[in-house]
Amino acid sequence: MTQLDSRPGPGAAVDRRRPARVRTLWILAALAALVLIMIASVAFGSRIVGWADIVAGVRGQTDTLAQAAVVKRIPRTFLAVAVGAALGLAGAVMQGVTRNPLADPGILGVNMGASLAVVTGIVSFGLASAAGYIWVAILGAAVAAVFVYAVGSLGRGGATPLKLALAGAAISAALASLISAFVLPRSDIATGFQSWMIGGVGGASYDSLRLVLPFLAVGFAVSLLSAKALNSLALGDDLAAGLGERVAVTRGVAALGAVLLCGASTAVAGPIAFVGLVVPHFCRLLVGLDHRWLLPFSALIGAALLTAADVVGRVVARPQEIDVGIITALIGAPFFIYFVRRQKVREL
Amino acid sequence: MTATHSLLVSSLRLGYGDRTVIESLDLTLPPGKITAIVGANACGKSTLLRSMSRLLAPRAGHVLLDGREVHKMPAKELARTLGLLPQSPVAPEGITVSDLVGRGRNPHQRLLSRWSREDDAAVAAALDATHTADLADRSVDELSGGQRQRVWIAMALAQQTDLLLLDEPTTFLDVSHQVEVLDLLTDLNRNRGTTIVMVLHDLNMAARYADHLIALADGKLHAAGEPSAVLTEDCVRAVFGLDSQVITDPTSGKPLMLPLGRHHVAITRP
Repeated sequence: MTQLDSRPGPGAAVDRRRPARVRTLWILAALAALVLIMIASVAFGSRIVGWADIVAGVRGQTDTLAQAAVVKRIPRTFLAVAVGAALGLAGAVMQGVTRNPLADPGILGVNMGASLAVVTGIVSFGLASAAGYIWVAILGAAVAAVFVYAVGSLGRGGATPLKLALAGAAISAALASLISAFVLPRSDIATGFQSWMIGGVGGASYDSLRLVLPFLAVGFAVSLLSAKALNSLALGDDLAAGLGERVAVTRGVAALGAVLLCGASTAVAGPIAFVGLVVPHFCRLLVGLDHRWLLPFSALIGAALLTAADVVGRVVARPQEIDVGIITALIGAPFFIYFVRRQKVREL
Repeated sequence: MTATHSLLVSSLRLGYGDRTVIESLDLTLPPGKITAIVGANACGKSTLLRSMSRLLAPRAGHVLLDGREVHKMPAKELARTLGLLPQSPVAPEGITVSDLVGRGRNPHQRLLSRWSREDDAAVAAALDATHTADLADRSVDELSGGQRQRVWIAMALAQQTDLLLLDEPTTFLDVSHQVEVLDLLTDLNRNRGTTIVMVLHDLNMAARYADHLIALADGKLHAAGEPSAVLTEDCVRAVFGLDSQVITDPTSGKPLMLPLGRHHVAITRP
């Protein structure tokens, strides 16, 4: 028990600062990594450019093709950061709300619900404004979240991790077929949809960023303010109520935060899966289970992961680009399989 | 810490779905004492405890804390007066003891408030009182059943409530750990004046540790009072449908129930 040596004596405060120091260090390290990845995201892409062009591009010059490419990478980088942070945070919140280690905006069908809503809006109702996409996507995400949770809660034992994941996968598959049914007959929009459905940040512009940021900001605020309540919910509904939480209300508010994040990011970047699954688990290893640390850290690591995945997708298949949704699936799928194959999927 | 609160239940009816578990119950829980609720399986004792801690809304009647209806009080305000430890709670995987105990501070914290000196002091005191201070940095998963239960009680203590409700705090513990946990609760009651209300399975443990015994049978109050008045052979027959012999426990002077069965009959009658 060497860690107790710093304790001045019985009755004195337990040293809570030591873990806080470790956590602060990890946050700083993650921030540094994110900045480096953002620089890489501006510097590297499917077109190889020199440092002079990068510097000129960052200053806003578009005299050469190389500089123009660099200029386009800047909003793309910011979008990747915003969407990655949103997905990482949404995953952590969903895992907390459902007390389910397999919860993820992709696995629970929330992103697919947002996608179907957008597709339906465009095909059936002639929805054309990007702002409209966001509202519709959030609505679709909310409906899908409620529906999947209701289906997953049916039967004995309530919403167990595996039942919820199965319900999400089944409903995702059904939603994906519906999307295909809507889109395939429309050759005029099918190609654009294909890449959107895979999920990517390549189409980023300052306009799309400006549209989505208010939604993400509200989603971030609501989610981060739920941290303390999620700490109580993690102990079970009875204990959370005993600790003074109104369980149904706090769960609903936190879920709303996650749905805002998922809907808004799906509207601009398509249904990107697995970021929300992998990131919180990785973060728990480093900063522990306290949501007041876990949530912001998940946002940071989510941003770093998605931006890095986007850079990788741009450079591995030059001169082609691989959409970031494919890269995250390549990272996330093996992790998901490993996780499900563990002897016992415990509730969080 | 020693403020005495009155907790009482009047014409309380409780149930799940279309099943009524408790029918018109009136009870007063003596402040500053240890009360044990006993009864056969499914007699409604856990249901009663859940309702007293506002987890279950009454069908009819009231649960009154200091004259106010528990189910209408603000959640956090209630949680600063009345703490609850449910039956066999499950800790999140990998959580450390100090993190878990710290979560007991929730009702004392505002949405944006930071961890305070009082929070630190409350957690340290809870760890000391439950002799878990040297486990503070350990993962709850690694602990033995008895240690784990002490940690949960520490969490409830960090909540610093004057009333503490516990649902079968000794289930799944071997006899030495049962005694350890009940001794700890007695310390709390004697040293801080915490009112303790617990559901207990073991009649003899209940008689030994409780100042006030409540025997429920089929959702109705069978008897309530001092253990020596409540725990009688007639009571055991009425509540559990079991023949028994009740003698005086030579170590505590409290009643001690010896169950009889088809293969054992009473040899001497006191």
